[in-house]
Amino acid sequence: MLKAKNRMGLVFFPAYDWAISPTHPEREERLLYTQDQVLEEGLLDIDGITEYKPDIASIEDVERVHICVPDVKSRITDSHLISAGGAIACGDAFMKGEVDKAFALVRPPGHHARRIVHGARGFCNINIEAVMIEKLRKKYGIRKVAIVDTDCHHGDGTQDIYWHDSETLFISIHQDGRTLYPGTGFPSELGGPNAVGYTLNVPLPPRTSDKGFLYVIDNLVNPVLKEFQPDLIINSAGQDNHYSDPITNMNFSAQGYAELNHRLNPDIAVLEGGYSIEDALPYVNTGIILAMAGLDYSMVKEPDFTPERFKQPKETDEYIKRLCEHLYNKWNKRDIIRKELIKDKKYVKQDRYVYYDTDGISEEQREITKVCDECSGLSVVESRSDRGYHVTAVIIPRNACPRCYEEGLEEYEKKLKNGNQMVFLQDKKNDVFYNNRG
Amino acid sequence: MIIGLDMGGTNVDAVLLSEGRIKKTIKSVTDHENIFESIKKPLDEIMEGEDIKNIKKIVLSTTISTNAIVEGKTEEVGMVLECGPGMNPQFFKPLADICFVSGYIDHRGREAFPLNSEEIRQAKETFKKKGLKNLGVVGKFSVRNPDHEKTMYKILKDKENVVTMGHTLSGMLNFSRRVYSTYLNSAVYSHFARFKNSVEAYFLKKGIKAPAYVLKADGGTLSLESSSKFPVETILSGPSASIIGALALNHVDSDGIILDIGGTTTDIAVLSDGVPLFEPQGIEINGMKTLVRGLFSRSIGIGGDSYVRYENGEIKIGPERRGKAMAFGGQWLTLTDALISAGKIDTGLKSKAEEGIKLIAEQMGVSFEEAVKAICKKASTTITDYVRKLIREINNKPVYTINELLYGKKIQPQKAVIIGGPAKAMSELLEDQLGFPCIVPEHFEVANAYGAARSRTTTDLTLLADTALGILTIGEEGIKQKIPKRFDVTQAHQILMDALKQKALKLGADERDLEPEIVEEQSFNVVRGFYTTGKIIRLKAQIRPVIKPE
Ligand SMILES: [Zn+2]
Ligand SMILES: [Zn+2]
Repeated sequence: MLKAKNRMGLVFFPAYDWAISPTHPEREERLLYTQDQVLEEGLLDIDGITEYKPDIASIEDVERVHICVPDVKSRITDSHLISAGGAIACGDAFMKGEVDKAFALVRPPGHHARRIVHGARGFCNINIEAVMIEKLRKKYGIRKVAIVDTDCHHGDGTQDIYWHDSETLFISIHQDGRTLYPGTGFPSELGGPNAVGYTLNVPLPPRTSDKGFLYVIDNLVNPVLKEFQPDLIINSAGQDNHYSDPITNMNFSAQGYAELNHRLNPDIAVLEGGYSIEDALPYVNTGIILAMAGLDYSMVKEPDFTPERFKQPKETDEYIKRLCEHLYNKWNKRDIIRKELIKDKKYVKQDRYVYYDTDGISEEQREITKVCDECSGLSVVESRSDRGYHVTAVIIPRNACPRCYEEGLEEYEKKLKNGNQMVFLQDKKNDVFYNNRG
Repeated sequence: MIIGLDMGGTNVDAVLLSEGRIKKTIKSVTDHENIFESIKKPLDEIMEGEDIKNIKKIVLSTTISTNAIVEGKTEEVGMVLECGPGMNPQFFKPLADICFVSGYIDHRGREAFPLNSEEIRQAKETFKKKGLKNLGVVGKFSVRNPDHEKTMYKILKDKENVVTMGHTLSGMLNFSRRVYSTYLNSAVYSHFARFKNSVEAYFLKKGIKAPAYVLKADGGTLSLESSSKFPVETILSGPSASIIGALALNHVDSDGIILDIGGTTTDIAVLSDGVPLFEPQGIEINGMKTLVRGLFSRSIGIGGDSYVRYENGEIKIGPERRGKAMAFGGQWLTLTDALISAGKIDTGLKSKAEEGIKLIAEQMGVSFEEAVKAICKKASTTITDYVRKLIREINNKPVYTINELLYGKKIQPQKAVIIGGPAKAMSELLEDQLGFPCIVPEHFEVANAYGAARSRTTTDLTLLADTALGILTIGEEGIKQKIPKRFDVTQAHQILMDALKQKALKLGADERDLEPEIVEEQSFNVVRGFYTTGKIIRLKAQIRPVIKPE
């Protein structure tokens, strides 16, 4: 019998009884053919590959990451807690040393879910990677985490959650936001005033093929990871870069996905998007599982794949090369860029409009973050949705310095006295969550 | 009258049932040199003085295929594998003489790449040159569309050879297991055929007209005729004979366990609402994972003959066996000696057993009684801990729907049925530890043979209806037919139930025993481009080896 080189944990949770709506891409059928392929290949029989049951994330696990409006329970279903719980089960198996690598093949996805959650955006309600990471930080005391998001869509939710956190490196590789939802993720988006350079965005032109993706891994992602030296590497393994995906325009293949996983060598991979449920997902997931287990994936390919069909244009080669140089340069000069950016500002203000496409909710947000050399900085967010909610959230970071911490508590008291409608205190330092609604 | 016979590694047990009651039992020693002799002798004995005309059926549980595999006495096999893209199949190489051929069926059963018949003809030539007559053909996703395997079969098959088609063995997905199952079926084919001929010749000579059945690992039977086509089904039938027997001797309708305490091991089976659990995918033999359906059973290395010693401040029992109990002339202390010293077993030379206990009590620095107690307790806690761990594992197995994850059934044993040599001696000790009744049924010492006698035909089938493609397949039966767009679950049920009954009758089932049931049902809308284009219906039906109280 076959023996895996790496002990690998797999959480497979297709949620066969849950859909956003009957014909929505995020429906019961999504992982059906993937399961068929995984079973037919006999991957779960391989010595060293272990299937784990997902955990169920708790409300506290969600509150550690999100401010859900009006509360967690009304914004999610069991499926979201199980999906996040699937990622947590992977994280636990990895941290306990039961496995060398783990893959959460779960749905629904999460990388479009931001700090503040009024509803579902881009099929996501809560950010399953962030819920896992923060749980692992709390439970095992890990500090530095890198998230490499290879979903075709910009991981704007994850970016928002870790925007100010220099202990979490976030790199997103995606189809150029000028041509695809959510329309963000440009090279100029480098992180907040206290974490400049710890967010890196790599927008790729439509029809980028295996060559382009692997070039980014070799020439940008891996060198940056080497310098960052994370305790944990997470891959948000969306599979909608595939050439057959119905809602995107890239030319990535199953072989490319397996090779990317091999070169990136993440500790934990978490499924995100990917809606070519018959022609891509079965093969891509087989490739990723084999690559993570350290087994031969050279024969994994789609029945209709030929490399000639998906050669990327010469201009794309050139463009990606320049882009990687540009971003690597930004990464290297992140301290200088930060100084120029903050000058002598004490606070940085950011206004944004967020649309929850899945639920049709509009939100206006003002975020004020304290510039701080010692921690990720206190943030105070004012958020109003067209559903009539008006929320104030005081967010004390995990690594808060005494000044940011004190100021956070004062702000919370002040907002309460002002009689604001809904006030939240997310004290990540002490892992507690308060609001004035009881 | 019904005769049940179970051949084990050391003993052959046979029972004769008359009107459902045990009339006669025989225990004899297994002759490893001549397996057929091992069966013939007890059969001769048990039928002595009986009117052969009154025998309604004879059920045999044999180790014939199992031994051939474990002892490496199987035939060389030539295999044709259509692997398509996916895992690198080179790891199958040491198994058999393998020809890899092109062609691919995808996960929905569509031909993604055609078969090349020239490659099959070449394979045939190669096998001919090498003198290989036991062949197997397996394709990836062949249970979703058996056409390629059927074509390969047609090209390869001639009068001289046997060709097993992967899809005929199981409807489950798992190419690797399908390859091993197919290989094994062809590898033991000739062996089993010789056994079948001996049995038939013996029946003829004795004038036995009753049908012969062979026990399978799932606790059900196959007619001797069918079993010669699927001899792989007859491997590892021993544990199932005991499980079915224990249940037939003592009806259970709650969750529970069955413990078969033997010489060196204790086998544990698990009951859900009184029904024994199956291995989720299939049984494993000689390191090969197969699709052969079998009752779930796990072994722990502790039994009556297990070697008992005091090591590093601790009592150790098994898994090693050094010899028979001291009470029976052995040199080393065993669990049986402790049970004899405790007065729980009333055979053997008690004084010899006590000598051993005195020695270990000295090493432990405790009294004789305390040593006996400590050993007995150690034995029962070892088994209990293992049972609890096993139940935890079963309850923790992955599920794929939110409903099952949140509200799925959890096994909570309420009762144990205990059989095997030291069953009576151990039952009280185990009851203390397990915390639920542990019952040792009457005739427990021939539970295995009784199980064989009481078993009935079992079988299962898998149906896949894909209304988007307009195709229905029942993989194991090689059925592939067109269906209309409006085809629904009710129609699917009907077709599957009919096919299952047909199959069961073909395998030798008694019409009165047919209680088919649907055990899995899934239905998915196929949505393409935001429109529902059809439905995928997946059903699994079975006739399970349930034993009703006589
Ligand atoms: Zn996506
Ligand atoms: Zn600070």
